[in-house]
Amino acid sequence: MAKVSMTVNGKPVTADIDPRTLLVQFIREHLHLTGTHVGCDTSQCGACTVHMDGVAVKSCTTLAVTADGANITTIEGLAHGAQLHPMQEAFRENHGLQCGFCTPGMIMSAVDIVNRKGANLDEHTIRHELEGNICRCTGYHNIVKAIGDGARAMGAQKHAAE
Amino acid sequence: MTATGIGAPVRRKEDFRFITGAGRYVDDINRPGQAYAYFLRSPHAHATINKIDTTEAMKSPGVVAIFTGADIEADKVGGLICGWAIFNKDGSPMRAGAHPALAIGKVRYVGDHVAVVIADTLAQARDAAEKIDVDYGVLSAAADVTTARKAGAPTIHDVAPDNQVYDWHLGDKAATDAAFAAAKHVTKLDIVNNRLVPNPMEPRAAVGEYDIGSDSLTLYTTSQNPHVARLVLSAFIGLAPENKFRVIAPDVGGGFGSKIFIYAEETVCVWAARKVRRAVKWTSDRTEAFLSDAHGRDHVTHAELATDANGKITAVRVSTKANMGAYLSTFASSVPTYLYAPLLSGQYNIPAIYAEVEAVYTNTAPVDAYRGAGRPEATYVIERLVEVAARELNVDPAEFRRRNFVTAFPHQTPVIMAYDAGDYDASLTKAQQMHDVAGFAARKAASASKGKLRGLGYSAYIEACGIAPSAAVGSLGAGVGLWESAEVRVNPIGTVEILTGSHSHGQGHETTFAQLVSGRLGIPIENVSIVHGDTDKVQMGMGTYGSRSGAVGMSAIVKALDKIEAKAKKVAAHVLEAAEGDIEFKNGKFTVKGTDKEADFGSIALQAYIAHKFNGQELEPGLKESAFWDPTNFTFPAGVHICELEIDPATGVVTIDRWTAVDDFGNVINPMIVEGQVHGGIAQGVGQALFEGAVYDSDGQLITASFMDYTMPRAQDLPSYNVGMTITACPSNPLGIKGCGEAGAIASPPAVINAITNALGHENITMPATPEKVWKAAQASAQKMAAE
Repeated sequence: MAKVSMTVNGKPVTADIDPRTLLVQFIREHLHLTGTHVGCDTSQCGACTVHMDGVAVKSCTTLAVTADGANITTIEGLAHGAQLHPMQEAFRENHGLQCGFCTPGMIMSAVDIVNRKGANLDEHTIRHELEGNICRCTGYHNIVKAIGDGARAMGAQKHAAE
Repeated sequence: MTATGIGAPVRRKEDFRFITGAGRYVDDINRPGQAYAYFLRSPHAHATINKIDTTEAMKSPGVVAIFTGADIEADKVGGLICGWAIFNKDGSPMRAGAHPALAIGKVRYVGDHVAVVIADTLAQARDAAEKIDVDYGVLSAAADVTTARKAGAPTIHDVAPDNQVYDWHLGDKAATDAAFAAAKHVTKLDIVNNRLVPNPMEPRAAVGEYDIGSDSLTLYTTSQNPHVARLVLSAFIGLAPENKFRVIAPDVGGGFGSKIFIYAEETVCVWAARKVRRAVKWTSDRTEAFLSDAHGRDHVTHAELATDANGKITAVRVSTKANMGAYLSTFASSVPTYLYAPLLSGQYNIPAIYAEVEAVYTNTAPVDAYRGAGRPEATYVIERLVEVAARELNVDPAEFRRRNFVTAFPHQTPVIMAYDAGDYDASLTKAQQMHDVAGFAARKAASASKGKLRGLGYSAYIEACGIAPSAAVGSLGAGVGLWESAEVRVNPIGTVEILTGSHSHGQGHETTFAQLVSGRLGIPIENVSIVHGDTDKVQMGMGTYGSRSGAVGMSAIVKALDKIEAKAKKVAAHVLEAAEGDIEFKNGKFTVKGTDKEADFGSIALQAYIAHKFNGQELEPGLKESAFWDPTNFTFPAGVHICELEIDPATGVVTIDRWTAVDDFGNVINPMIVEGQVHGGIAQGVGQALFEGAVYDSDGQLITASFMDYTMPRAQDLPSYNVGMTITACPSNPLGIKGCGEAGAIASPPAVINAITNALGHENITMPATPEKVWKAAQASAQKMAAE
């Protein structure tokens, strides 16, 4: 067994785990945060995307022990209480989801794209940056719209805060 | 139209839970004391099982039990079934081989189920499975229909020594042959409809549970039709009677057909739960999904189209070989027959059609319905034939289609279907305008100046949805009726629960069904809850597939709402002290004709339960009604898609530049959701045309068994879509709905290939048109042009 400690959605957690435990298993099975999904096991689909120290990672191919000491944010930690994150709002407003299974990973990736590329994203950039996230329902049309809108809203929120 | 009623783009009620991570899918469900199942799968495509030795595996840490096919057989539990009987040309029945949930004596495809290990953890179950010693006698395999039908091919099922499942036909052969003999021109095409893997993003999962006290089973399952699952597992497989069997399909992460079927893993989990007296959980990984989810398509077809001197189509003749895989899946037999050949008339007036279909066993995963199911295959045949015929006759492909469109309704085709309503020319004209087809020549010239090849392709599709009138499908071999049920429960304060047998796994029923009720009863949409996916809550249902939830599921709700309104009017008559005939109901209010007396829906609901104002012997208290809706006809969504793309002849890369879709879905409940369905369907069809293909090698090994080997369409592979609509109301259901779920996937493959062949100047390309194939084809075009 291996001991891991990390902060997940602002809460410190410590556990003894089988060293082969994946970060996504730790999140889903030990912490019961089931918003993070497993869609492929090979780092292709991105349904398992979470933020580790502010950067998007695929938790299905990250060992939990490598997240020792890290600050993890999952889809459950994105909203501030009842107030949704602007990217969550944008997905709802633009019908950027259907079955909802890829959605948590899409939203976590989208926030990461904005963090890296800024709030003014053109369609080409969004489509290129979504390389690591697969959706089978939407044909991406409304996801691309949602991320553009969500990015602008994040930019406006940041601007207002400054 | 009210803000939340029919026709409004209401934002989805279900989205809050999905965007906050609060959705509840089967893999999110854990039961106290649960154990985990791991399936040992066959590494061989075809082999006898001489011996299974589990001695060492049983000693592995954490193992609870290991079961094989012999254990299930000893329990007198039946095998998996195919629920649609197809008859051969000579009237004899199809040859359905036994389909045990765990293999007995033989495995027939890579991924076939050899044994299940149940252990305290999944890792322990996997570790133990590696210690099971299976003595296989490897047999030669037949991985494609041609090999399987050759003389001397290995026999996959003893009931079908030559691997032929059935040899079926539809249409008037003599009339069709006569039309071909008299034809001015005949267009011939050899067509491959590539095998696809559905790949909903949520892999299948199951949790089986046994309650000793009540001797009852519960199965949590990723199903599009939990009641059908219960019916099959109960009545045919014999796990438990229906009153002792609860099936729950909670949030389901996409299905596209692949979650209609009753599979081995789900069956074994719930069976094993009773054996081991613990909940048993299984979640498919992605490679297991590739290996064992039912695949789609996989047809090889020779097709011919006859035209007369006026360029009118006189006949179509089609011969198809359909790969059924190693076993007949739940509805597999219906897909290349009754869901296929009746659509070969397309949007066209074709006097004679004859289709023959040979279904073949191979050593591959079972093939069954995948988004569109038979109708994409038919549309691909007819829309490629029509396009090529127009080119051969030097007629503009759009004009050739127009010349042959059905224009008068109802229209009886020679292949069963009676089209009830449509305006095909309106969709084509609108699509051409939206697309700016007139500007294509200039855009093509601009592409040429950059060394690129530009092409434009049409697809004028029709499908048969709203599946389906029970008596009609019964006469065609279906083992079940295809009605839908609904129950409307009005609570005393006027909130409403709708219990529906339809199942939502991305379609947004919690919103669209609530829109119907909100508009009809004049109550806020927040006051309406949609309950689905649980056989203990909803009495019966046939589930969601074949674009049927609007046309059939909502029609059942309308019928139940009619009864609610009739009953509520009786209550209102007592409350408002008027004759029942004078009560009117509009915008949520009951009024008395010619007076200013009124009462809102909520107050009448309350009075129905308080029951003080009427005699409870004459009028039953309460306000709850249910209904079953059996469709009177299929519905016929139709439309036109135009694909315009650019080919880089140096790399073979195809870039879709613009996509226009104009669909006639009849009346639309929520245009935002309908457009979303179109977008997703197009993406799956483009995936088939350009990227996706399940490939087995000659030994029957699936060499595309992960997302690293099987190309799923990604955001950068696809354009934004230009979606428009025309509307002719469907006359066969109360809402005038035709259905929209499959249209995009049906329409789009021929549009893409027609555009590619238009750009290349020849027809020699097959799906998926990967860069390698397109590059080779572009080189051939260049050589041809140089030679000319």
